Amino acid sequence: MPHPASTAPHLSAQPHAVALRRAGQREQIGLLLLIVPAFVLIAGTMLVPVAWLFHLSFLSDEGRWSLEHYLRMWTQPSYLRTFRTTFEVSALTTGLCILLGYPLAYWLSELPRRTANLCMLAVLLPLWTSILVRTYAWLVLLQRKGLINNWGIGAGWWDEPIALVHNLTGTLIGMVHVMLPFMVLPLYSAMRAIDRDLLKAAANLGATPARSFWLVFLPLSMPGLATGALIVFIMSLGFYVTPAVLGGGKVIMVANQIATDIELFFNWGAASALGAVLLATTLLCIELARRLLGAAFVADAREAP
Amino acid sequence: MSEGTSWLQRPVTATQVTHRQRLWLYATAAAVMAFLVLPTLIVIPMSFSASQYLEFPPREWSLRWYRNYFGSPAWMQATATSLQVAVLTSLVSTPLGTLAAYGLHTSRWRGAGVVSLLLLTPLVVPGILVAIGVFYAYVQLKLVNSLTGLVLAHSMLAIPVVVLVVSAALKSFDLQQEMVARSLGAPRWQAFWLVTLPQIRFSVVSAAVLAFLTSFDEIIVSLFIAGGDHSTLTRNMFNALRDQIDPTIAAISTLVIALTSLLLVATQLRGAEPGAGGH
Repeated sequence: MPHPASTAPHLSAQPHAVALRRAGQREQIGLLLLIVPAFVLIAGTMLVPVAWLFHLSFLSDEGRWSLEHYLRMWTQPSYLRTFRTTFEVSALTTGLCILLGYPLAYWLSELPRRTANLCMLAVLLPLWTSILVRTYAWLVLLQRKGLINNWGIGAGWWDEPIALVHNLTGTLIGMVHVMLPFMVLPLYSAMRAIDRDLLKAAANLGATPARSFWLVFLPLSMPGLATGALIVFIMSLGFYVTPAVLGGGKVIMVANQIATDIELFFNWGAASALGAVLLATTLLCIELARRLLGAAFVADAREAP
Repeated sequence: MSEGTSWLQRPVTATQVTHRQRLWLYATAAAVMAFLVLPTLIVIPMSFSASQYLEFPPREWSLRWYRNYFGSPAWMQATATSLQVAVLTSLVSTPLGTLAAYGLHTSRWRGAGVVSLLLLTPLVVPGILVAIGVFYAYVQLKLVNSLTGLVLAHSMLAIPVVVLVVSAALKSFDLQQEMVARSLGAPRWQAFWLVTLPQIRFSVVSAAVLAFLTSFDEIIVSLFIAGGDHSTLTRNMFNALRDQIDPTIAAISTLVIALTSLLLVATQLRGAEPGAGGH
């Protein structure tokens, strides 16, 4: 940026201009130095180690360049199964969150603002509660001698305890419980922004309520729905705690497989390759979301946590 | 009764949908809200049960699970570690994150955008990958099972949160005020300290609380790098959940819920005070 003083006719202004520019540069450097401590900490504990793991994933056990860790994912059925489970569980979680979250967000968006904010506490409370506390709560409710089975049998609805936990059902219940707020929040803000006069206009033109919902409201709520669905799907891909505790070893997602590779086999190469694929998938989904939804997605995703 | 039916037949929307036609929506919304809230709340009465078995409502009340928790050296050690690490993490990540946010906000350097993205990566990269990355680094650096290691790793996870919260506050703050202070002779750091910081202090305090909670709630990284004398509360809880269902966890959960709510309500109330800056 040319400094205005440098073009001034007075020669005596020149040294001042130079000094000013120097001071400006020094200040810019000083401001950048403020970022350094935080950056060094993040680079040292995460960026460098993760880059190193990425490097390890391309080395064979003997230390030579090879793709064996990546090829193994294609050839070993157990790894393929892990990926399939991960996608299935994430997709089911997303679907269930839409099914439960859409009506709730719709109802909330029609309430007066004060009442809606109060009801919003129900959505925010789980966000504030430790994931372990909630996982414990679901174990208490869902296990063989848990409350739901006790109540169900006590009321005569079923005779034998049903297996609600340590399987896919339990994992899904736990994950939907964790992810639902991330679906409701963007949906709610998208629905709040919809001009209800458009629905009146549709009705005025002869549309039934169902038709005006389908043709007017649903398309207008789509950005919120897509944002919520993508956040839920992307975050579900990396889940570890819920499947580990509520899945009882039967639901092995990529994150669980990575942990097992390290804890049991100390196989850094295999774990790193899985991690690289997980990260690549996550980034791909984020990029896809950004393309589809533009800046709105990034803004919403940042508000989410 | 007649009043009830008339309410049902009253239109609720401008398109003449009646409450009766909306009942399914009310029922679904209520059920989903119950699904979100009740499971967490059920832990609280269960923690005061005298029985080892899970029953609700408990037939007899007692504090035995709380006595169990406070009498157990392992749980006490883990709680002390968790609190210590969370406080230290908050003390490390709040100033570092605030400085970085200020630097990024005021710098005209073109690379600032890239750096701010890199600072946010711990939020994007899947937790398990961060965990094994940290574990790998700590094996080389001999930081596994150490307090320092935990604080550094948790600070790495908390800094992005602080950066986001403080950046948002800076965006709504008018930096011209700092220019005024400087034109009156204050050096830049003094202008920041006396003019900017007091006005964004509510956000900085919120960021500190969130950093504390980020550390206190953290599970995956702690599972890998916390152990021995420095096991954390979350790590012990996770392992206990995998083994058997010990009602002591209900007592701990209740205490954790109380602590979290207290912290969040306190920051919210402070923010609601007239004259407290930020938003």
